Amino acid sequence: MAEEAHGADGGLVFHPLDQFIVKPLIGDGPVHWYTVTNATLWMAIAVVCIVLLLVTGTRGRAVVPNRTQSIAELIYGFVYKMVEDVTGKEGLRYFPYIMTLFLFILFANYLALLPMSFSTTSHVAVTAVLGFGVFLTVTALGFILNGPSFLGMFWMKDAPLVLRPIIAVIEIISYFVRPVSHSIRLAGNIMAGHAVIKVFAGFAAIAAISPVSVLAITAIYGLEVLVAGIQAYVFTILTCVYLKDALHPHH
Amino acid sequence: MATETHEGAIGACVDAGGSAIGMPQLCADWIPNQIFWLVVTLIVIYFVLSRVALPRIGAVLSERAGTITNDLGAAEELKQRAKAAEEAYEKALADARTEANRIVAETKAGIQAELDVELKKADAEIAARTAESEKAIAEIRDSAMASVMAVAKDTAGEIVRAMGGTDDQKAIDAAVDARIGGRA
Repeated sequence: MAEEAHGADGGLVFHPLDQFIVKPLIGDGPVHWYTVTNATLWMAIAVVCIVLLLVTGTRGRAVVPNRTQSIAELIYGFVYKMVEDVTGKEGLRYFPYIMTLFLFILFANYLALLPMSFSTTSHVAVTAVLGFGVFLTVTALGFILNGPSFLGMFWMKDAPLVLRPIIAVIEIISYFVRPVSHSIRLAGNIMAGHAVIKVFAGFAAIAAISPVSVLAITAIYGLEVLVAGIQAYVFTILTCVYLKDALHPHH
Repeated sequence: MATETHEGAIGACVDAGGSAIGMPQLCADWIPNQIFWLVVTLIVIYFVLSRVALPRIGAVLSERAGTITNDLGAAEELKQRAKAAEEAYEKALADARTEANRIVAETKAGIQAELDVELKKADAEIAARTAESEKAIAEIRDSAMASVMAVAKDTAGEIVRAMGGTDDQKAIDAAVDARIGGRA
Protein backbone atom coordinates (compact mmCIF):
# COMPACT_ATOMS: atom_id res chain seq x y z
CA MET A 1 0.00 0.00 0.00
CA ALA A 2 0.96 3.60 -0.50
CA GLU A 3 1.97 4.26 3.07
CA GLU A 4 5.06 2.16 2.65
CA ALA A 5 6.33 4.33 -0.19
CA HIS A 6 7.82 7.10 1.94
CA GLY A 7 11.50 7.87 1.97
CA ALA A 8 12.16 6.10 -1.31
CA ASP A 9 12.47 9.14 -3.57
CA GLY A 10 13.14 11.84 -0.97
CA GLY A 11 10.44 14.17 0.41
CA LEU A 12 7.40 12.20 -0.74
CA VAL A 13 5.60 10.87 2.34
CA PHE A 14 2.34 9.01 2.03
CA HIS A 15 0.24 8.13 5.07
CA PRO A 16 -3.20 8.00 3.51
CA LEU A 17 -4.59 5.64 6.13
CA ASP A 18 -3.30 7.42 9.22
CA GLN A 19 -6.45 9.54 9.22
CA PHE A 20 -8.42 6.45 10.20
CA ILE A 21 -6.39 5.71 13.34
CA VAL A 22 -8.55 5.54 16.45
CA LYS A 23 -6.86 7.14 19.45
CA PRO A 24 -7.90 8.28 22.89
CA LEU A 25 -9.05 11.86 23.00
CA ILE A 26 -7.08 12.61 26.17
CA GLY A 27 -3.66 11.08 26.77
CA ASP A 28 -2.04 8.14 25.03
CA GLY A 29 -3.41 5.17 26.88
CA PRO A 30 -4.68 1.98 25.34
CA VAL A 31 -8.06 2.02 23.57
CA HIS A 32 -10.47 0.09 25.77
CA TRP A 33 -14.08 -0.44 24.75
CA TYR A 34 -15.16 2.45 27.01
CA THR A 35 -12.30 4.86 26.18
CA VAL A 36 -13.43 8.25 24.88
CA THR A 37 -11.73 8.37 21.49
CA ASN A 38 -11.80 10.56 18.40
CA ALA A 39 -14.50 8.21 17.10
CA THR A 40 -16.55 9.06 20.19
CA LEU A 41 -15.98 12.76 19.63
CA TRP A 42 -17.15 12.75 16.02
CA MET A 43 -20.16 10.56 16.76
CA ALA A 44 -21.05 12.99 19.52
CA ILE A 45 -20.67 15.91 17.12
CA ALA A 46 -23.03 14.11 14.72
CA VAL A 47 -25.55 13.73 17.55
CA VAL A 48 -25.21 17.42 18.43
CA CYS A 49 -25.74 18.43 14.80
CA ILE A 50 -28.81 16.20 14.54
CA VAL A 51 -30.23 17.69 17.73
CA LEU A 52 -29.47 21.22 16.51
CA LEU A 53 -31.18 20.63 13.19
CA LEU A 54 -34.18 18.53 14.20
CA VAL A 55 -34.87 19.73 17.73
CA THR A 56 -33.50 23.25 18.07
CA GLY A 57 -34.29 24.04 14.44
CA THR A 58 -37.96 23.11 14.84
CA ARG A 59 -38.33 24.88 18.20
CA GLY A 60 -40.71 27.43 16.71
CA ARG A 61 -43.15 24.75 15.42
CA ALA A 62 -44.06 27.39 12.87
CA VAL A 63 -46.74 26.71 10.28
CA VAL A 64 -44.65 28.90 7.99
CA PRO A 65 -41.19 27.44 8.64
CA ASN A 66 -37.87 29.23 8.81
CA ARG A 67 -34.86 27.89 6.92
CA THR A 68 -33.64 25.40 9.51
CA GLN A 69 -37.12 24.08 10.12
CA SER A 70 -37.75 23.62 6.41
CA ILE A 71 -34.51 21.63 6.07
CA ALA A 72 -35.60 19.41 8.97
CA GLU A 73 -39.05 19.01 7.38
CA LEU A 74 -37.46 18.24 4.04
CA ILE A 75 -35.36 15.42 5.51
CA TYR A 76 -38.37 14.13 7.44
CA GLY A 77 -40.56 14.17 4.36
CA PHE A 78 -37.86 12.60 2.21
CA VAL A 79 -37.29 9.61 4.50
CA TYR A 80 -40.99 9.29 5.38
CA LYS A 81 -41.95 9.11 1.72
CA MET A 82 -39.11 6.66 1.00
CA VAL A 83 -40.29 4.33 3.76
CA GLU A 84 -43.92 4.66 2.66
CA ASP A 85 -43.16 4.12 -1.03
CA VAL A 86 -40.90 1.11 -0.55
CA THR A 87 -42.44 -0.74 2.39
CA GLY A 88 -46.02 0.50 2.27
CA LYS A 89 -48.16 1.80 5.11
CA GLU A 90 -47.19 -1.02 7.51
CA GLY A 91 -43.54 -0.02 7.23
CA LEU A 92 -44.20 3.39 8.74
CA ARG A 93 -44.04 1.84 12.23
CA TYR A 94 -40.30 1.44 11.68
CA PHE A 95 -39.83 4.98 10.36
CA PRO A 96 -37.99 6.25 13.50
CA TYR A 97 -35.43 3.44 13.21
CA ILE A 98 -34.78 4.12 9.56
CA MET A 99 -34.64 7.84 10.22
CA THR A 100 -32.04 7.17 12.94
CA LEU A 101 -29.86 5.22 10.53
CA PHE A 102 -30.23 7.77 7.75
CA LEU A 103 -29.44 10.77 9.91
CA PHE A 104 -26.45 9.12 11.58
CA ILE A 105 -24.90 8.06 8.27
CA LEU A 106 -25.70 11.35 6.56
CA PHE A 107 -24.20 13.47 9.31
CA ALA A 108 -21.22 11.17 9.88
CA ASN A 109 -20.45 11.23 6.14
CA TYR A 110 -20.68 15.00 5.83
CA LEU A 111 -18.81 15.70 9.06
CA ALA A 112 -16.05 13.39 7.82
CA LEU A 113 -15.52 15.80 4.94
CA LEU A 114 -14.37 18.54 7.31
CA PRO A 115 -10.57 18.84 7.35
CA MET A 116 -8.98 17.22 10.45
CA SER A 117 -12.15 15.29 11.18
CA PHE A 118 -12.44 11.57 11.83
CA SER A 119 -14.53 9.50 9.42
CA THR A 120 -16.62 7.25 11.64
CA THR A 121 -18.46 5.62 8.75
CA SER A 122 -15.18 4.65 7.04
CA HIS A 123 -14.72 1.90 9.63
CA VAL A 124 -16.11 -1.50 8.82
CA ALA A 125 -16.65 -2.01 12.54
CA VAL A 126 -19.20 0.81 12.50
CA THR A 127 -20.92 -0.01 9.22
CA ALA A 128 -20.97 -3.72 10.02
CA VAL A 129 -22.87 -3.01 13.22
CA LEU A 130 -25.32 -0.96 11.15
CA GLY A 131 -25.54 -3.52 8.35
CA PHE A 132 -25.79 -6.63 10.52
CA GLY A 133 -28.12 -4.79 12.86
CA VAL A 134 -30.49 -4.21 9.95
CA PHE A 135 -30.03 -7.80 8.74
CA LEU A 136 -30.71 -9.41 12.12
CA THR A 137 -33.64 -7.10 12.90
CA VAL A 138 -35.24 -7.63 9.52
CA THR A 139 -34.76 -11.42 9.64
CA ALA A 140 -36.17 -11.62 13.17
CA LEU A 141 -39.06 -9.40 12.13
CA GLY A 142 -39.72 -11.61 9.11
CA PHE A 143 -40.06 -14.71 11.29
CA ILE A 144 -42.11 -12.94 13.96
CA LEU A 145 -44.58 -11.44 11.50
CA ASN A 146 -44.84 -14.34 9.04
CA GLY A 147 -43.73 -17.39 11.03
CA PRO A 148 -42.06 -20.20 9.07
CA SER A 149 -43.78 -19.00 5.89
CA PHE A 150 -41.11 -16.30 5.79
CA LEU A 151 -38.90 -19.01 4.27
CA GLY A 152 -41.26 -19.06 1.30
CA MET A 153 -39.39 -15.98 0.15
CA PHE A 154 -36.63 -18.30 -1.07
CA TRP A 155 -38.97 -20.70 -2.85
CA MET A 156 -39.98 -19.11 -6.15
CA LYS A 157 -43.50 -20.37 -6.87
CA ASP A 158 -43.56 -18.91 -10.37
CA ALA A 159 -40.30 -20.59 -11.46
CA PRO A 160 -40.22 -24.03 -13.13
CA LEU A 161 -40.13 -26.80 -10.53
CA VAL A 162 -36.70 -28.04 -11.64
CA LEU A 163 -35.14 -24.65 -11.16
CA ARG A 164 -36.72 -23.92 -7.79
CA PRO A 165 -34.09 -25.62 -5.59
CA ILE A 166 -31.25 -23.99 -7.53
CA ILE A 167 -32.91 -20.57 -7.27
CA ALA A 168 -33.52 -21.18 -3.58
CA VAL A 169 -29.80 -21.83 -3.00
CA ILE A 170 -28.86 -18.68 -4.91
CA GLU A 171 -31.51 -16.66 -3.05
CA ILE A 172 -30.25 -17.88 0.32
CA ILE A 173 -26.64 -17.05 -0.54
CA SER A 174 -27.63 -13.60 -1.78
CA TYR A 175 -29.72 -13.09 1.35
CA PHE A 176 -26.75 -13.78 3.60
CA VAL A 177 -24.43 -11.63 1.49
CA ARG A 178 -26.76 -8.67 1.96
CA PRO A 179 -25.39 -7.44 5.32
CA VAL A 180 -21.81 -7.80 4.09
CA SER A 181 -22.37 -5.79 0.90
CA HIS A 182 -24.59 -3.39 2.83
CA SER A 183 -21.81 -2.50 5.28
CA ILE A 184 -18.74 -2.83 3.04
CA ARG A 185 -20.35 -0.59 0.41
CA LEU A 186 -20.64 2.30 2.83
CA ALA A 187 -17.29 1.89 4.56
CA GLY A 188 -15.46 1.23 1.31
CA ASN A 189 -16.86 4.30 -0.43
CA ILE A 190 -16.04 6.65 2.41
CA MET A 191 -12.60 5.15 3.11
CA ALA A 192 -11.54 5.07 -0.55
CA GLY A 193 -12.48 8.68 -1.18
CA HIS A 194 -10.71 9.98 1.89
CA ALA A 195 -7.60 7.89 1.20
CA VAL A 196 -7.46 9.15 -2.41
CA ILE A 197 -7.63 12.74 -1.21
CA LYS A 198 -4.72 12.03 1.16
CA VAL A 199 -2.67 10.43 -1.65
CA PHE A 200 -3.18 13.49 -3.86
CA ALA A 201 -2.28 15.69 -0.91
CA GLY A 202 0.97 13.74 -0.58
CA PHE A 203 1.87 14.61 -4.18
CA ALA A 204 1.49 18.30 -3.39
CA ALA A 205 4.97 18.13 -1.81
CA ILE A 206 6.46 18.22 -5.32
CA ALA A 207 6.24 21.87 -6.43
CA ALA A 208 5.77 21.07 -10.13
CA ILE A 209 2.85 18.73 -9.50
CA SER A 210 1.19 20.65 -6.67
CA PRO A 211 -1.24 22.73 -8.84
CA VAL A 212 -2.51 19.53 -10.47
CA SER A 213 -2.65 17.96 -7.04
CA VAL A 214 -4.72 20.80 -5.60
CA LEU A 215 -7.11 20.66 -8.57
CA ALA A 216 -7.40 16.90 -8.20
CA ILE A 217 -8.14 17.22 -4.48
CA THR A 218 -10.83 19.78 -5.27
CA ALA A 219 -12.40 17.50 -7.86
CA ILE A 220 -12.29 14.44 -5.62
CA TYR A 221 -13.70 16.49 -2.76
CA GLY A 222 -16.63 17.46 -4.96
CA LEU A 223 -17.16 13.82 -5.81
CA GLU A 224 -16.98 12.91 -2.12
CA VAL A 225 -19.69 15.45 -1.31
CA LEU A 226 -21.91 13.56 -3.74
CA VAL A 227 -20.81 10.17 -2.42
CA ALA A 228 -21.52 11.16 1.18
CA GLY A 229 -25.16 11.94 0.39
CA ILE A 230 -25.67 9.11 -2.06
CA GLN A 231 -24.25 6.45 0.27
CA ALA A 232 -26.52 7.59 3.09
CA TYR A 233 -29.44 7.38 0.68
CA VAL A 234 -28.38 3.97 -0.68
CA PHE A 235 -27.95 2.51 2.80
CA THR A 236 -31.38 3.77 3.83
CA ILE A 237 -33.27 2.66 0.74
CA LEU A 238 -31.67 -0.82 0.91
CA THR A 239 -32.76 -0.99 4.54
CA CYS A 240 -36.29 -0.18 3.35
CA VAL A 241 -36.09 -2.85 0.65
CA TYR A 242 -34.94 -5.49 3.17
CA LEU A 243 -37.70 -4.39 5.52
CA LYS A 244 -40.22 -4.78 2.72
CA ASP A 245 -39.06 -8.37 2.23
CA ALA A 246 -39.73 -9.04 5.90
CA LEU A 247 -43.17 -7.41 5.78
CA HIS A 248 -44.31 -8.90 2.48
CA PRO A 249 -42.14 -12.00 1.81
CA HIS A 250 -44.48 -13.29 -0.89
CA HIS A 251 -44.29 -10.13 -3.00
CA MET B 1 -4.29 14.63 9.98
CA ALA B 2 -3.01 11.86 12.23
CA THR B 3 0.61 12.24 11.29
CA GLU B 4 1.71 13.74 14.59
CA THR B 5 3.97 11.34 16.43
CA HIS B 6 2.68 9.43 19.38
CA GLU B 7 5.77 8.10 21.07
CA GLY B 8 4.96 4.99 22.97
CA ALA B 9 1.53 4.62 21.46
CA ILE B 10 0.27 1.31 22.71
CA GLY B 11 -1.27 -1.22 20.40
CA ALA B 12 -0.43 -3.48 17.55
CA CYS B 13 -1.80 -1.18 14.86
CA VAL B 14 0.39 1.90 15.17
CA ASP B 15 4.13 1.88 14.56
CA ALA B 16 6.75 3.82 16.49
CA GLY B 17 6.36 6.78 14.12
CA GLY B 18 2.63 7.08 14.79
CA SER B 19 1.63 5.70 11.41
CA ALA B 20 -0.89 2.99 10.84
CA ILE B 21 0.29 -0.55 10.34
CA GLY B 22 -1.96 -2.09 7.73
CA MET B 23 -5.55 -0.90 7.56
CA PRO B 24 -6.77 0.81 10.74
CA GLN B 25 -10.22 -0.51 9.85
CA LEU B 26 -9.06 -4.04 10.52
CA CYS B 27 -7.33 -3.33 13.83
CA ALA B 28 -9.03 -5.60 16.37
CA ASP B 29 -7.98 -3.36 19.28
CA TRP B 30 -10.26 -0.55 18.18
CA ILE B 31 -13.34 -2.46 17.15
CA PRO B 32 -15.03 -2.86 20.58
CA ASN B 33 -14.56 0.83 21.30
CA GLN B 34 -16.23 1.86 18.04
CA ILE B 35 -19.07 -0.60 18.42
CA PHE B 36 -19.76 0.56 21.97
CA TRP B 37 -19.82 4.25 21.09
CA LEU B 38 -21.81 3.61 17.91
CA VAL B 39 -24.49 1.80 19.90
CA VAL B 40 -24.56 4.65 22.42
CA THR B 41 -24.83 7.18 19.58
CA LEU B 42 -27.63 5.31 17.85
CA ILE B 43 -29.60 4.94 21.07
CA VAL B 44 -29.24 8.65 21.80
CA ILE B 45 -30.29 9.62 18.27
CA TYR B 46 -33.20 7.19 18.39
CA PHE B 47 -34.52 8.60 21.64
CA VAL B 48 -34.07 12.20 20.54
CA LEU B 49 -35.90 11.44 17.30
CA SER B 50 -38.71 9.28 18.60
CA ARG B 51 -39.41 11.33 21.73
CA VAL B 52 -38.93 14.89 20.49
CA ALA B 53 -38.03 15.55 16.90
CA LEU B 54 -40.24 13.26 14.84
CA PRO B 55 -43.53 13.82 16.74
CA ARG B 56 -42.88 17.54 16.63
CA ILE B 57 -42.16 17.67 12.90
CA GLY B 58 -45.04 15.30 12.21
CA ALA B 59 -47.37 17.56 14.21
CA VAL B 60 -46.13 20.65 12.39
CA LEU B 61 -46.61 19.01 9.01
CA SER B 62 -50.12 17.77 9.77
CA GLU B 63 -51.01 21.15 11.29
CA ARG B 64 -49.82 22.81 8.11
CA ALA B 65 -51.82 20.39 5.99
CA GLY B 66 -54.86 21.16 8.18
CA THR B 67 -54.31 24.90 7.88
CA ILE B 68 -54.00 24.66 4.12
CA THR B 69 -57.18 22.58 3.88
CA ASN B 70 -59.05 25.04 6.10
CA ASP B 71 -57.79 28.01 4.13
CA LEU B 72 -58.83 26.38 0.89
CA GLY B 73 -62.27 25.69 2.36
CA ALA B 74 -62.58 29.29 3.54
CA ALA B 75 -61.48 30.54 0.14
CA GLU B 76 -64.08 28.33 -1.53
CA GLU B 77 -66.77 29.66 0.81
CA LEU B 78 -65.76 33.26 0.15
CA LYS B 79 -65.88 32.55 -3.56
CA GLN B 80 -69.41 31.19 -3.20
CA ARG B 81 -70.41 34.29 -1.27
CA ALA B 82 -68.89 36.56 -3.88
CA LYS B 83 -70.81 34.69 -6.56
CA ALA B 84 -74.06 35.03 -4.55
CA ALA B 85 -73.39 38.75 -4.08
CA GLU B 86 -72.80 39.13 -7.79
CA GLU B 87 -76.05 37.32 -8.54
CA ALA B 88 -77.93 39.55 -6.11
CA TYR B 89 -76.39 42.59 -7.71
CA GLU B 90 -77.36 41.40 -11.18
CA LYS B 91 -80.89 40.73 -9.99
CA ALA B 92 -81.17 44.17 -8.37
CA LEU B 93 -79.89 45.73 -11.56
CA ALA B 94 -82.43 43.83 -13.67
CA ASP B 95 -85.23 44.77 -11.23
CA ALA B 96 -84.23 48.40 -11.35
CA ARG B 97 -84.19 48.32 -15.13
CA THR B 98 -87.68 46.76 -15.27
CA GLU B 99 -88.98 49.31 -12.77
CA ALA B 100 -87.48 52.16 -14.79
CA ASN B 101 -89.09 50.84 -17.95
CA ARG B 102 -92.41 50.53 -16.16
CA ILE B 103 -92.22 54.12 -14.88
CA VAL B 104 -91.27 55.36 -18.35
CA ALA B 105 -94.23 53.56 -19.91
CA GLU B 106 -96.62 54.82 -17.23
CA THR B 107 -95.46 58.38 -17.62
CA LYS B 108 -95.68 58.12 -21.38
CA ALA B 109 -99.26 56.82 -21.12
CA GLY B 110 -100.20 59.64 -18.71
CA ILE B 111 -98.74 62.26 -20.98
CA GLN B 112 -100.47 60.69 -23.97
CA ALA B 113 -103.86 60.81 -22.22
CA GLU B 114 -103.38 64.44 -21.24
CA LEU B 115 -102.28 65.21 -24.74
CA ASP B 116 -105.36 63.50 -26.18
CA VAL B 117 -107.66 65.52 -23.93
CA GLU B 118 -105.95 68.76 -24.86
CA LEU B 119 -106.02 67.83 -28.56
CA LYS B 120 -109.73 67.10 -28.36
CA LYS B 121 -110.35 70.42 -26.65
CA ALA B 122 -108.30 72.21 -29.23
CA ASP B 123 -110.13 70.41 -32.06
CA ALA B 124 -113.49 71.40 -30.56
CA GLU B 125 -112.43 75.00 -30.25
CA ILE B 126 -111.10 75.01 -33.77
CA ALA B 127 -114.39 73.55 -35.01
CA ALA B 128 -116.39 76.18 -33.11
CA ARG B 129 -114.26 78.98 -34.43
CA THR B 130 -114.54 77.60 -37.96
CA ALA B 131 -118.34 77.40 -37.73
CA GLU B 132 -118.47 80.96 -36.40
CA SER B 133 -116.26 82.20 -39.20
CA GLU B 134 -118.31 80.35 -41.79
CA LYS B 135 -121.43 81.97 -40.43
CA ALA B 136 -119.85 85.40 -40.57
CA ILE B 137 -118.61 84.73 -44.12
CA ALA B 138 -122.13 83.59 -45.15
CA GLU B 139 -123.62 86.74 -43.63
CA ILE B 140 -121.08 88.89 -45.40
CA ARG B 141 -121.76 87.04 -48.65
CA ASP B 142 -125.52 87.40 -48.22
CA SER B 143 -125.30 91.11 -47.51
CA ALA B 144 -122.90 91.49 -50.42
CA MET B 145 -125.34 89.60 -52.61
CA ALA B 146 -128.20 91.84 -51.49
CA SER B 147 -126.08 94.91 -52.23
CA VAL B 148 -125.19 93.50 -55.66
CA MET B 149 -128.92 92.98 -56.36
CA ALA B 150 -129.83 96.50 -55.27
CA VAL B 151 -126.96 98.02 -57.28
CA ALA B 152 -127.88 95.89 -60.29
CA LYS B 153 -131.56 96.93 -60.05
CA ASP B 154 -130.71 100.60 -59.62
CA THR B 155 -128.20 100.50 -62.47
CA ALA B 156 -130.63 98.64 -64.71
CA GLY B 157 -133.48 101.16 -63.90
CA GLU B 158 -131.19 104.14 -64.62
CA ILE B 159 -130.06 102.56 -67.93
CA VAL B 160 -133.62 101.77 -68.97
CA ARG B 161 -134.76 105.32 -68.12
CA ALA B 162 -131.82 106.84 -69.93
CA MET B 163 -132.67 104.77 -73.00
CA GLY B 164 -136.22 106.13 -72.76
CA GLY B 165 -137.76 102.81 -71.69
CA THR B 166 -140.44 102.14 -69.21
CA ASP B 167 -140.45 103.83 -65.84
CA ASP B 168 -141.84 100.87 -64.04
CA GLN B 169 -139.22 100.02 -61.44
CA LYS B 170 -141.05 96.83 -60.39
CA ALA B 171 -140.88 95.28 -63.92
CA ILE B 172 -137.18 96.05 -64.12
CA ASP B 173 -136.53 94.47 -60.70
CA ALA B 174 -138.41 91.32 -61.80
CA ALA B 175 -136.36 91.13 -64.99
CA VAL B 176 -133.05 91.53 -63.06
CA ASP B 177 -134.14 88.91 -60.53
CA ALA B 178 -135.02 86.55 -63.34
CA ARG B 179 -131.62 87.05 -64.96
CA ILE B 180 -129.36 86.81 -61.90
CA GLY B 181 -131.52 84.62 -59.65
CA GLY B 182 -130.67 81.53 -61.73
CA ARG B 183 -127.04 82.02 -61.05
CA ALA B 184 -127.05 83.47 -57.60
